[in-house]
Amino acid sequence: MSVPSDLQYTAEHEWVRLEGDVATVGITQYAADALGDVVYVDLPKVGASVASGAIVGEVESTKSVGELYAPLNGEVVEANQAVVDAPETINSDPYGEGWLVKIRVAETPALLSADEYRALIGE
Amino acid sequence: MTEPTSPPATPRLSPLHEQHVALGASFTDFAGWQMPVRYTSDLAEHHAVRTAAGLFDISHMAEIAVIGEQAGAFLDAALAGRLSALPVGRAKYSLVLDEHGGIIDDVIVYRVSEPEYLVVANASNRDAVVTALRARTADHAVALDDRTDALALIAVQGPAARAILEATPGFSAEGLDALRYYAWAPGAFALAGESVAVMVARTGYTGEDGFELYLDTAHAPALWEALLAAGEPLGLVPAGLAARDTLRLEAGMPLYGHELGLSIQPVQAGLGRVVVTDKPAFVGKAAIEAGPGADARVLVGLSAEGKRAARAGYPVLAGDEVVGEVTSGALSPTLGHPIAMAFVHPDHATVGTGLDLDVRGSRIPATVVPLPFYRKEA
Repeated sequence: MSVPSDLQYTAEHEWVRLEGDVATVGITQYAADALGDVVYVDLPKVGASVASGAIVGEVESTKSVGELYAPLNGEVVEANQAVVDAPETINSDPYGEGWLVKIRVAETPALLSADEYRALIGE
Repeated sequence: MTEPTSPPATPRLSPLHEQHVALGASFTDFAGWQMPVRYTSDLAEHHAVRTAAGLFDISHMAEIAVIGEQAGAFLDAALAGRLSALPVGRAKYSLVLDEHGGIIDDVIVYRVSEPEYLVVANASNRDAVVTALRARTADHAVALDDRTDALALIAVQGPAARAILEATPGFSAEGLDALRYYAWAPGAFALAGESVAVMVARTGYTGEDGFELYLDTAHAPALWEALLAAGEPLGLVPAGLAARDTLRLEAGMPLYGHELGLSIQPVQAGLGRVVVTDKPAFVGKAAIEAGPGADARVLVGLSAEGKRAARAGYPVLAGDEVVGEVTSGALSPTLGHPIAMAFVHPDHATVGTGLDLDVRGSRIPATVVPLPFYRKEA
């Protein structure tokens, strides 16, 4: 199971790439595999304020629905319309083209390291 | 994301478990069994069944033999249908009812020989069905034999199913081309000079043509591998329970615990035709004749636009009033829009009625449509 070492993670199976004060957020390959083929994605609007732990979207597969939690406090500056139009991108490239939102962070968040996340999913 | 569920500590394993592991399957707990939920992609497996074929391991299903000169009379009294009239070589969909007319399980009954039937029940209801049948044997001299642990069940489903069976080395069955839907024929699988019996049934749970193959567990891995190898050039892929669920939903087929249950009478689920009421006596007869009441909810198909699917348990609304509840729902892979089955108040069950689905707080308009959602071309 791919858990890139250059990313940070949440216990809710999101990944975070922090560049300056902008965090790119997606779901992990582990989460995408558990969901199965993603067929619908609902993302927060650009400009929305999000609070760490709040539900801000949905990732839905043929079998089940996963809720997307904000991994940190901040403001949504970009939502990935390409993934809304082609949700299967989340399965094929969860850490790349399958990113979900970019959030301008208000403060440096406490997140899991790749090793901590690997331990969480039993790897 | 929410935490994916993990299987219980000691799940039962299919006789084909090693094959699934080798194929890279993801597993799910299903009625205490660890079964493949998908191999690669739910959607790819679903589409393969609609366009070519899928290979399913459904060895978790329960098989209970009913044996004796009075087996037909016994099943007439124990089940909803008239099984005594079922000819040898044919199969019938039936129900195990309780005294209240509620559904203990839905089953397929095969007449194996004049004095022997095979009742195939859902894995989750194995104990309930065995218990009910055993309790009902008092008036009839029949023997029950639960063969679940001895039998594997492999389903080949899809338009290419017959061609795949015919192309599988060592596999043979009498009159495959003429075998009718809901009929079975004796077959055989030759392996290293030895020939093992296979019961070849033209039944399934996908809405496509297809076969279900019953054989002893020891020889099932070799047959599975032979089918996969022979079927690959014809588009056959191994398919998991996720695809099986969306396939059966499109085909309007009920799933126990969703569209069927102890608090649901057959007529509510559109299965009134399965109950033969002019039999002298059968379990549930009085309750079935009394009926479930004029306000009892009935099963309908619902079709919606967009991509957001309602799921089991979501409310169905008429205006601001909750008039029903979704039992199964998905974004239909074949049709491309959301579909659902739901129990709704009979006032809102007419085809064409507009209702709303409460999808986690959002209202999604839906229309009552006839079942099934999908029907294969004749």
